[in-house]
Amino acid sequence: MALNVLYFAWVRERIGEPREKVETQAATVMELIEELRAREERYAMAFSDLSALRVAVDQELTEFDAALDGAREVAFFPPMTGG
Amino acid sequence: MRIVVQAEPFDFGAEANAFASGHTDMGAIVTFTGVVRDLPGDPLDRMVIEHYPGMTEKALESIAAEARERWSLGDVLVIHRHGEMRPGDMIMMVATAAPHRVDAFAAAEFLMDYLKSRAPFWKQEFTADGAEWVASKDEDEDALKRW
Repeated sequence: MALNVLYFAWVRERIGEPREKVETQAATVMELIEELRAREERYAMAFSDLSALRVAVDQELTEFDAALDGAREVAFFPPMTGG
Repeated sequence: MRIVVQAEPFDFGAEANAFASGHTDMGAIVTFTGVVRDLPGDPLDRMVIEHYPGMTEKALESIAAEARERWSLGDVLVIHRHGEMRPGDMIMMVATAAPHRVDAFAAAEFLMDYLKSRAPFWKQEFTADGAEWVASKDEDEDALKRW
């Protein structure tokens, strides 16, 4: 499956791009993270501390064990600081 | 209910007036405005707010819808800017209209607590020392527990 993977704030800076298409068989967000970590050092750096990260699947905030079946867009970002 | 996400400044007075006008059954209007604050000892040159187009609007709409379920509200307005701002600039506003003030105040606080840590905005501060992403605070997360 082809996923649009988006990065925001310092996650975007560490990865070096705001979005990319990822071809993956990952069943969950965590499996996707493991695949990305194994790719290159910059991903391993960005995903080194998951407690500092949040994830949204198809623009809904969710958990790292969330399933990816049918998902089109996954976004990784730090805790939000609006208001 | 109106949700606006924009880069441009907004006219707080005009927005508040328009929001408060035209109801005859709303006895209370509460507004809150967030302003870019200068940093004591480390002057802020500018703040840049990044957001997640699409998800931002959805998140704000769902937070506002939740407020309308919890309190007796006539109307809700949320305006939130993104992009570059200077100290003293208005970042965002919420307004609530309710028959009674208790609901209007509580709903405005609820909206603020939730949009601070559940709407996908990220603030970055630029000072003479460089750029720094604003870290979320534990108390912002704790603030959600009271609802």
